[in-house]
Amino acid sequence: MEPTAEQLLWMYETMQVIREYEEVMAKVYLEGKLPPHIQKGLAFDIGSGPVPGEMHLAAGQEPVAVGVCAHLRKEDTVVGTHRPHHFAIAKGVPLKEMTAEIFGRATGLGRGKGGHMHLFDAEHKFSCSGIVGASLPPAVGAALAARKLGKDWVAVAFFGDGAANQGTFHESLNLAALWKLPVVFVCEDNKWAISVAKGMSTAIASNADRSTAYGIPGVRVEKNDAVEVFEVGGEAVARARRGDGPSLIEVKTDRYFGHFQGDAELYRPKGEVEELRRNDPIPALAAHLRARGLLDEAGDAAIRARVQRVVTEAYEFARSSPYPESAEAAQHVFV
Amino acid sequence: MALATGTRTLTMAQAISEAIGQEMERDPSVFVMGEDIGKYGGIFSATGGLLDRFGPERIMDTPISESAFIGAATGAAAEGMRPIAELMFVDFFGVCMDQIYNHLAKNTYMSGGRVRLPVVLMTAIGGGYNDAAQHSQCLYATFAHMPGLKIVVPSNAYDAKGLMVSAIRDDNPVFYFFHKGIMGLPWMAYFEGSTTPVPEQPYAVPFGEARVAREGGDVTVVAVSQMVQKAVLAAEEAAKEGISAEVIDLRTLVPLDAESVARSVDKTGRLLVADEDYLNFGLTGEIAALVGERLGSIKLKAPIKRLGVPGTPIPYSRPLEQATIPQVGHLVEAMRGLMTTSVA
Repeated sequence: MEPTAEQLLWMYETMQVIREYEEVMAKVYLEGKLPPHIQKGLAFDIGSGPVPGEMHLAAGQEPVAVGVCAHLRKEDTVVGTHRPHHFAIAKGVPLKEMTAEIFGRATGLGRGKGGHMHLFDAEHKFSCSGIVGASLPPAVGAALAARKLGKDWVAVAFFGDGAANQGTFHESLNLAALWKLPVVFVCEDNKWAISVAKGMSTAIASNADRSTAYGIPGVRVEKNDAVEVFEVGGEAVARARRGDGPSLIEVKTDRYFGHFQGDAELYRPKGEVEELRRNDPIPALAAHLRARGLLDEAGDAAIRARVQRVVTEAYEFARSSPYPESAEAAQHVFV
Repeated sequence: MALATGTRTLTMAQAISEAIGQEMERDPSVFVMGEDIGKYGGIFSATGGLLDRFGPERIMDTPISESAFIGAATGAAAEGMRPIAELMFVDFFGVCMDQIYNHLAKNTYMSGGRVRLPVVLMTAIGGGYNDAAQHSQCLYATFAHMPGLKIVVPSNAYDAKGLMVSAIRDDNPVFYFFHKGIMGLPWMAYFEGSTTPVPEQPYAVPFGEARVAREGGDVTVVAVSQMVQKAVLAAEEAAKEGISAEVIDLRTLVPLDAESVARSVDKTGRLLVADEDYLNFGLTGEIAALVGERLGSIKLKAPIKRLGVPGTPIPYSRPLEQATIPQVGHLVEAMRGLMTTSVA
């Protein structure tokens, strides 16, 4: 399944948005967290600044998000992980409300009650969870609902290679295969489950091989490349949409930042990130676009300007939005 | 078609499956998932007869994968369905707790109220038949402790039907606990007071409204589920000794009808909270505290008395189990004690 020119350009621009968003977040996140703004004696304070709490960034992992989401419609469901920004952006979650949520503001997706790991957008049918392996069961449920409603909607569960060792992974694959549900299970293999390398936690090299245990197709994408993900993702989404059941995809991808911002990454071999960045999927896609005559200097500059603008506007919206009133803490436990 | 206005006597299990069946007829988005809920009709018969009426697309036997199907209920509810998921025994919550309390119970809140999750999770609770520590707990207080779930604990067939109807129609997650020893099963002894007249027509019993199961003036006994049946029997025993006990059936823990408890204790001046769940940090302490917080207006005649499962797992052997779970005799004794002690 070859991407059209329009799909290639969408993937390229969306990857740019994700990268810009994450790089800005990496800087914004540090605001107010370093001396001399924090308690004396601390080197870093996780609870300070405009974006408090944990922060897991997805720079480098753009291909898996855009390559799969390029095939999705608004009615399709995506369930993401604790590292969710790239999936949310690729699914079309509005950047302003998402950023406001991460800033804990009243204008956020969840009125400031969820934060960066808990982004819910019912309109664009996106959600995520801070619990490893928790994305799979709700995606199975969304697919079940689609079938019950007589729709050809598809549900995608993204999860990390660490999550493939959770019980929910196996329970969900079995249930989706048994009921032949329109789910695409997409494993992001960024090699690291926080600090533990995949080889130290997973008995087999490719999680895609685990598909054979459930009698469904399993494909591993060996390259952190949007077009390659697009091709494999397209087949899986089409298969689900036609009613032929679930698929499992594992994509080799690269995490440029730490597990969380502030992670000293003592476990990571020196120079690994620099090495990974030499295979940055964004310039690679730009080269592909240029070779096909779909992108020139002027076009690229125009895309970058648009990307800068939407990301800047999102952060400005978040910063200028009010915090919720403290009385709102007691609201929305129930509807 | 003639209006069905009749009333029959039903067991609690029959009342629950009738409620589910009527709501499924009314609303095509309602369906049931769980282990052995199809041909078997539910291990405790809560879905008896429903497979034949609605077929396997709506009465769905699942693999033994509680995380997957309870999580799937959350996912399907977010898409507009109204799933009912049965957790066979509440004791099995350990294998799926993350999907229950980190997702089903919290996603509405974390979405700022923008995600609706009309899921009914139903489960079997309680001991009394020697099934030991992994199949005999009540645990409703564990789930009432954590925000985000409505907690329903019926004591009889009439309430069971009306509360199930309310649970299915509620736009929030509801955890519905039925006690095995009041379901009226042909293979397990049960308290006959739980088998009651039930109207054929659907009706809703609202949440957060306690029921006065028996009126009295000397002692207030607060209970839920099977313990309400024990309390009524204990009150009849105590009446022979001249003690007039009022039995309050809370019916739901979340929301909790604190006012009905306060009103009754204000009248009697004596409170016994009897519970089959664990004593420590649980329902009995919560009810005692709500009265304690109102002592500015409530005048107690005797210190509050609590009965529950003390800090032990439920033992297997019959005499051990009967000594651990409060029995009718324990309640009578506690009422006597309340009548013979006074506050300082």
